[in-house]
Amino acid sequence: MDLKLKIWRQKDAKAKGQFELYSLNNITKDSSFLEMMDVLNEQLLSQGIEPVAFDHDCREGICGMCSLFINGRAHGPDTEITTCQLHMRKFKDGETITVEPWRSNGFPIIKDLMVDRTAYDKILQAGGYVSVNTGGVPDANAIPISKEVADEAMDAATCIGCGACVATCKNSSAMLFVSNKVSQLALLPQGKAEASRRAKAMVSKMDELGFGNCTNTGACEVECPKGISISHIARLNREFLMATAKE
Amino acid sequence: MSGFLSSSIGKKFFMSITGLFLVVFLLVHLTANLALLFGPNAFNIVSHFMGTNPLIQIMQPILAAGFIVHIIYATFLTLQNQKARGNDGYAKVVNSHQSSWASKNMYILGSLVLTFLVLHILNFFWKIKVTGSPLLAEVEVNGEAMENAYALVAALFTDQKLGLVYSLVYIFGAIALAFHLTHGFWSAFQTLGMSNDIWRKRWTVLGYLFAFAVGGGFAIIPLFLMLFA
Ligand code: HEM
Ligand code: FES
Repeated sequence: MDLKLKIWRQKDAKAKGQFELYSLNNITKDSSFLEMMDVLNEQLLSQGIEPVAFDHDCREGICGMCSLFINGRAHGPDTEITTCQLHMRKFKDGETITVEPWRSNGFPIIKDLMVDRTAYDKILQAGGYVSVNTGGVPDANAIPISKEVADEAMDAATCIGCGACVATCKNSSAMLFVSNKVSQLALLPQGKAEASRRAKAMVSKMDELGFGNCTNTGACEVECPKGISISHIARLNREFLMATAKE
Repeated sequence: MSGFLSSSIGKKFFMSITGLFLVVFLLVHLTANLALLFGPNAFNIVSHFMGTNPLIQIMQPILAAGFIVHIIYATFLTLQNQKARGNDGYAKVVNSHQSSWASKNMYILGSLVLTFLVLHILNFFWKIKVTGSPLLAEVEVNGEAMENAYALVAALFTDQKLGLVYSLVYIFGAIALAFHLTHGFWSAFQTLGMSNDIWRKRWTVLGYLFAFAVGGGFAIIPLFLMLFA
C-alpha cells in the first residue's frame, strides 16, 4: 500500500515543532506500524534526512515503551493493543496518517515522537511499592488470598505504564495509572498496611507533576491497551478519602 | 487538611458533594413546581409554603453557597485541565465512542445552566422577594391570604409577545440541565469512591432516569401553560 505520513518533528525539548509530510510506497498490509516506521526511517536516511525518533522496545505489547497518537487515537485505530501490535491492514491504501507524540505537561517531548515519561517513575517512587523488612523469604502460600481478589489485583497489575490514559484523557489526567497501583496493592494483604499512606503520597506526586484532574469521562479505559477499568479509580478515590478522614 | 483542599481528589470531592446537594435541591424544587399541574390554588399553596417555611428559609443561603462552591471549583478545575495538555495540542482527535458528549462538555453545560439560572431568578425570585409585581396581588385560598405566584408564572409563559420565547428558553434550560446530570449523577458517586463495575451500571441507569425526570419535569411546566392556561 502507498501512504502519506503527517508526522510531528521536533528537534529537541526546547525547539518549536511542526508537522512534516512524507510519502511512503509499497508497504505490505501485514507489516506492523513500527515496521512501517522503520521502512520510513530507512528511506529518510537514504535521502539524507534525519530519521524520526520514536520509542519502542519489546515490540510485543508488554514493555509499554511504544506510544504514538495515531489518527487521533492513542495507540491508533484498534482497541486493547499497543502501537507495536497495530497492523497496517487497519489503514486504507492512499490514506494520510497523522502521527503525533503523547501530549501532556506531565510528559514533555524529548525529540520528535519521543516523550519523557519519568513522571510515572516518580509517582511510583512516591509510594507504589510494598515495604519489605529484611529476613527470610516468606512462604509463598502462607497468606491465603481469594480468587476474586487476586484476579482483580492482577487486572490492575497488568498496567504497562505506557501513558495512553494520559494521552487520551481530555484533562491529561494520570488517575488510571495511579489507581492501578493503589488498587492492586490495597487489594492484597501485603499492600494493605500501607494503603492510606500510599494513596496520599502517589496522588500528591501526581498533582505536583502537572497532570490534570479526572472528570470521570472514561476515555482512558477505552484506549488502555490492557483494558483496565476505571472502577480502580473509584477505589483510589475511596482510599484517598478514607485516608484523609482518618487524619 | 490544607493538602486535601488543594489535591485533585479533594477538589473533586467538593464538586461531587455540592453537585449531589444541588441534585437534592432539584428534587425539592421540581416537586414544588409540579403542583402547578394541579391548578392555581395548589401552586399558590405550595409557593406560600416554600416562601414561609423556616427550614426552606434556612436552606436558601446554604443553597446559594452550594452553587457558588460548585461553580468556583468547576472553573478552577476546568482551567487547570485545559492547561494540562501543554502548549501544542493535538492536531487530530477522534473522540472515543465510550465517553459521552456530556462528560466532555460539563463546563459548557454548566454555564448554560448558570445563564438560565440568572434569567430564572430575575423572572420569579427577584420579583417575589425584592421588587414585587402587580400580578402578585393577594388571593385567598382556603381562607388564607397569599401572593398569587401562579399569576406571575402563567403571565410569563402566556405573554402575547414573549411567551413562546420564554417557554423555549425554559425548555432549553431543562434540556441542558438534564444533559449535565446524565454525566454528573454517576460521576459524583465515582468521585466519592462509591462505585465498582456493578454499581457503575446502576448509578448510570439511575442518573439517566433522574436526568430524564428532571429535564422532562421542568419542561412540562411551560408546555402545560402554553397549551392549557
Ligand atoms: C442545579 C444545578 C447543577 C447540578 C444539579 C449539578 C450537578 C453536578 C454533579 C452531580 C456533578 C458531578 C460531580 C463529580 O463529578 O464529582 C457536576 C459536575 C460538574 N458541574 Fe455541575 N451542577 C449544576 C450546576 C452547575 C453550574 C452552574 C456549573 C458551572 C458553570 C457546573 C459545572 C460543572 C462542571 C464543570 C462539572 C464537572 C467537574 C468534574 O467532574 O470535576 N455545574 N455537576
Ligand atoms: S514496544 Fe513494548 S509494548 Fe510496544
